[in-house]
Amino acid sequence: MKFVDEYRDPTLLRQQLTLLRQLATRRWVVMDVCGGQTHSLLRHGLEEALDDCLDLVHGPGCPVCVTPAEVIDDAVALAFRPNVVLTSFGDMLRVPGRSGSLLQARAAGANVRTVYSPADAVCMAEKEPNVQFVFFGVGFETTAPATALAVLQARQLGLTNFSVLAHHVRVEPAMRALLELPDNRIQGFLAAGHVCTVTGFAHYSQLVDEFQIPIVVTGFEPLDLLNGLIECVRLLEAGSPGLRNEYVRSARPEGNPHARRLMDSVYQVSTIPWRGFGLIREGGLTMRSNLAEFDARQQFELAASTLSNEGDCRSGDVMAGRIKPSECPLFGKACTPDSPVGAPMVSSEGTCAAYFRYAKPVEICHD
Amino acid sequence: MCLGIPGRVASWVERDPLMAAAEIDFGGVKKRCQMACVPDAREGDYVLVHAGIALTIIDVEAAERLVTTLNRLDEVPGEESSS
Amino acid sequence: MTDHNNGETWFTCPIVSHDEGDRITLAYGEGGRLSRKLIRERLLSRFGNDHLRQLGDAALLPTKSGQIAFSTDAYTVTPLFFPGGDIGKLAVFGTVNDLAVSGAIPRWLSLSLVIEEGLVWSVLDRILDSVQAAATLANVSIVTGDTKVVPRGAVDQIFLTTSGIGEILLPAPVGPVGLQLDDVLIVSGPIGCHGAAVLCAREQLDFDPTPTSDCAPLTTPLVALHAAGLVPRAVRDATRGGVAAVLHEWADASHLTCVIDDASVPVGDEVRVICELLGLDPLNLANEGTFVLATPVGLVEQTLAVLGQHAVTARSAIIGRLHPRRIAPVTIVRAIGREVVLDEPSGSPLPRIC
Repeated sequence: MKFVDEYRDPTLLRQQLTLLRQLATRRWVVMDVCGGQTHSLLRHGLEEALDDCLDLVHGPGCPVCVTPAEVIDDAVALAFRPNVVLTSFGDMLRVPGRSGSLLQARAAGANVRTVYSPADAVCMAEKEPNVQFVFFGVGFETTAPATALAVLQARQLGLTNFSVLAHHVRVEPAMRALLELPDNRIQGFLAAGHVCTVTGFAHYSQLVDEFQIPIVVTGFEPLDLLNGLIECVRLLEAGSPGLRNEYVRSARPEGNPHARRLMDSVYQVSTIPWRGFGLIREGGLTMRSNLAEFDARQQFELAASTLSNEGDCRSGDVMAGRIKPSECPLFGKACTPDSPVGAPMVSSEGTCAAYFRYAKPVEICHD
Repeated sequence: MCLGIPGRVASWVERDPLMAAAEIDFGGVKKRCQMACVPDAREGDYVLVHAGIALTIIDVEAAERLVTTLNRLDEVPGEESSS
Repeated sequence: MTDHNNGETWFTCPIVSHDEGDRITLAYGEGGRLSRKLIRERLLSRFGNDHLRQLGDAALLPTKSGQIAFSTDAYTVTPLFFPGGDIGKLAVFGTVNDLAVSGAIPRWLSLSLVIEEGLVWSVLDRILDSVQAAATLANVSIVTGDTKVVPRGAVDQIFLTTSGIGEILLPAPVGPVGLQLDDVLIVSGPIGCHGAAVLCAREQLDFDPTPTSDCAPLTTPLVALHAAGLVPRAVRDATRGGVAAVLHEWADASHLTCVIDDASVPVGDEVRVICELLGLDPLNLANEGTFVLATPVGLVEQTLAVLGQHAVTARSAIIGRLHPRRIAPVTIVRAIGREVVLDEPSGSPLPRIC
């Protein structure tokens, strides 16, 4: 596959890995804020290969993990309503709310359908006008344009049976919130390449200046990740924080104006709760009031989302980079992918699940 | 963030600004994707697709330049990579 | 009310309507005249053989060797029809393959149908036609069976169960407990096709070309291996849970670790692309015409040569070998040269955007 295979070339990967190891003179603490990057680092063995060289921590980059349990409860409740079909990305199906997951709800008779794209939910709504379709819209700014487009398409088509239960989150405020923590130890950021493809990254220079920290826009393939880390380490070694783009083929400083226009016409920036974190200032997107007929919260009279205590789950500490999943007392014992205590163990992109899957110790004899 | 896969614009199917759609060829497998965010994409361009929506036109020159540079690094150790 | 049936006149109850047009009704599952009609018209007409025509409770079957293999499986797949197959074909080849990988020549199947009232006759006919074609291809006979019709909602359209008997060819594969250090792991072809096909059909993901199930009988190449004196250590068709599930089972039984090489695992282009787009791992997707085989290192070349002579196994490939037990039961070596854990699949794979 073009623009995929080249970035997995073993020779280039080994070359860049060697270069990175040569460059790093200290075990710098670098954070990624994207579940996809976490997944890729672990799956391709990069994290393990760099363990003695860098301290890679994984931030709240999994939108599935930061969706409050109460919002999942709202989705489950809607799915049980007569004449309502709840459509969702597959990612959300296994994540438990306070009273079970969407998958469990489906087994109990709730009407839940997986879709690959919100546009598919709009098509379904068009074909089945007597059924109310709700799309469960989670995700960062990468996904928000898609759900915004779905709303606008539904409006153009004159649909009266389509709405979105939205809980979109914004990455940059979360990065700021992490940097503002008194015990913050993050020294460099890999910025989420696909979020930046939409939002651009010029505005990250504020964070760079304010916190004197390098931020490198990074992609997802192993070679992209290595290039991002190399650039980040270069800046750290030189003591000169800066903003760099190592995902040039996709991310531009101004982002995609069409995508941003779609988002702006449907959503407004707001302060919303993140599971495991609490309220993040301007950390989310909620639907504009002039589109109330497409807002499931308005249509079905749901209360605004809140947060409750989640007992022993230390997802907040994990996502802030304070502890590695393996340092959580529940990890691998009371909390496993089959019996998760918190969201990061359920979602395939959750840090805890990724650690459980890929980072179990393996005794290796290198050839 | 997240799963974004590059594919080639094989043929435009719908040009309405909101309903814009095209057949995107991912390494031989075609799927219809939403194109409202890339109205200027031409057939033959590569786009990045996430959740069924094309988010950007891939800068092919930049992509190829990077790989070429990295391949040449093998010949000249210590040279800076482009950013 | 009279009914003229084969020239005879019968008095029939006017309440029971036995001609519901295009759909089956509960009456056909009651065991009486209508059940016999269903069996005569739709089953005997397709599978008729001396054993089945006896319509006894069990079929008495002669064997040459003293050992027979016996297997059973239920089939509940949705959608009923998907690219490359359907529930009928699956029901035959699934049980045939369970027998074949056990070292037997599959001979006789039973076929049990549990049908939801209201199923359209033409759908049932299409499934039964497929069962017939598959049985012919696999060289097995349907010798006994059962049909039930249940109220709407009791099953999802139709469930099939096939039990199968095959004649063991001795020596048979020892099985995973007999796996040894350095045994080589081979897959018989590109993986993940069936899982991808059913997922795309069920979730209505429109890809062009659409992935096609690999549903096929595996008897011939396995019999050929036996004939060439190349009995494998263990063979398993990689159904639910995919190749990853088989490797975990084998690691568990043998107390060794299966180490496979990412670059060596054969994956077709369509499956690969779809897995990239949906965030799935082909190693976790089901196969219905592909097996995993373990064989001593000394037999590998000849084994691949024999497999290469049969269309269904022509693209067999070495994917790894058995190593001393590490902490992880199954590991995979990635492009970068690092070995990482390959987790055991649990739950059906769901497409993701993250």
